[in-house]
Amino acid sequence: MAYFTAFILAIISGMLINNVLLSRFYGICSFVGVSNKLKNAFWMGVAVVVVIVLAALICYPLYMLLDAAGISFLRTVVFILVIASLVQFLSFVIKKYSPTLYKAFGIYLPLITTNCAVLGVVEENAASHAADFGAAMANALGTSLGYLVVIVLFSAVRARLETNNVPRAFKGLPIALIVAAIMAMAFTGMKGMA
Amino acid sequence: MEKKTRSVHAESFLAPIWKANPLFVLILGTCPALATTTSIEAALGMGLLFTFVLVCSNVLISALRKVIPDEVHVPAYIVIIATFVSVVEMFTKAYLPPLYSSLGVFISLLVVNCIVLGRAEAFANKNTVLDSLLDGLGNGIGYTIALLILGACREILGTGEITFGSKFAFIPLTHLPILKGEGFDFSMPIFTTPAGAFIVFGIVMAVIAAVNNHKADVEKEKARQERLAAAKAKNAAAASAGKEAK
Repeated sequence: MAYFTAFILAIISGMLINNVLLSRFYGICSFVGVSNKLKNAFWMGVAVVVVIVLAALICYPLYMLLDAAGISFLRTVVFILVIASLVQFLSFVIKKYSPTLYKAFGIYLPLITTNCAVLGVVEENAASHAADFGAAMANALGTSLGYLVVIVLFSAVRARLETNNVPRAFKGLPIALIVAAIMAMAFTGMKGMA
Repeated sequence: MEKKTRSVHAESFLAPIWKANPLFVLILGTCPALATTTSIEAALGMGLLFTFVLVCSNVLISALRKVIPDEVHVPAYIVIIATFVSVVEMFTKAYLPPLYSSLGVFISLLVVNCIVLGRAEAFANKNTVLDSLLDGLGNGIGYTIALLILGACREILGTGEITFGSKFAFIPLTHLPILKGEGFDFSMPIFTTPAGAFIVFGIVMAVIAAVNNHKADVEKEKARQERLAAAKAKNAAAASAGKEAK
């Protein structure tokens, strides 16, 4: 039971307190590029959740193997190949079994290979040698759910920003970054919860 | 002919430094730009590592551009880039441990940096080794300058001073106070937090947009004046021609 509580707490902390986009800065490119339509942002977020959890699941034993063999310096090459082939494999499977879902994921699935959030989580899990399998999975789940929450919230804010009157120089990206700063401050407030 | 080719080489080096700056104009590579710019030294370290990886991968990919089959070019590029990133990572870990611990996982994340992969895809696989080398250097320097601007704003505003020697051990540790001194301290610690990163980046982008808007306005106004003057001259000429005809 204590283990289960720790697992849930680790997920919440990864999701809200150390949010992947707003305090760890992984995946900002997709954050800036994709998130101006709520529906697109949601499907992108779901795709990221699936890929991060699967990648963490596969890379954990692989890293143990590399570490035992004493060639842990090869981890970056191995991880990125695993992620790239995982994304390729997933898009084949989804295309075969659910064309509707494939259409919903659209272009976002191949883009996830170069989303730093995936490689970032896997590298973090590898860097914390002491972490057990549960902690690694909690980190993956918490990070990816945090990504989903923030990208959906942010896309809703951005949709309203577009119809609002902002100073000419701030139109587009600059005002979006300022909004992100205010969101980051709000998420800093959650530190009191831990 | 000779002169023309030389200017093309110069262009592939000079354009990315300011006109097509990878961070400020193309808005690529934003993750390290926000995460590693808490201080000037960290920004400089990230910029140098980035430049090394980009130059090496550009040169190798350009040299192998006729060997790599088109169907598997992306995985091949990623493996080449990942190799150089591992080299850089081991080098930093061994010789600059403070820099390694402050950049952390962002060194490994150079593998998925949009600029590195983007230059490989858009430039190195179509151009000669020399041009790719120059393009890599230009992009690297342009990105480093952009990181330094963000890093300088955040460090000066956030801590009130510039610190040398905390990341590069061979420089003696010195503090250069700017916003604080005897009895006063105007530093705002929020600029060293993640929220400060977004604010500084947003304001820098807005300043660049304002300058570009102003330039466009001035040019538009100039074109309008010229058009007016031309129309006036034409009218005057027509009027005088009409008078003579009478």
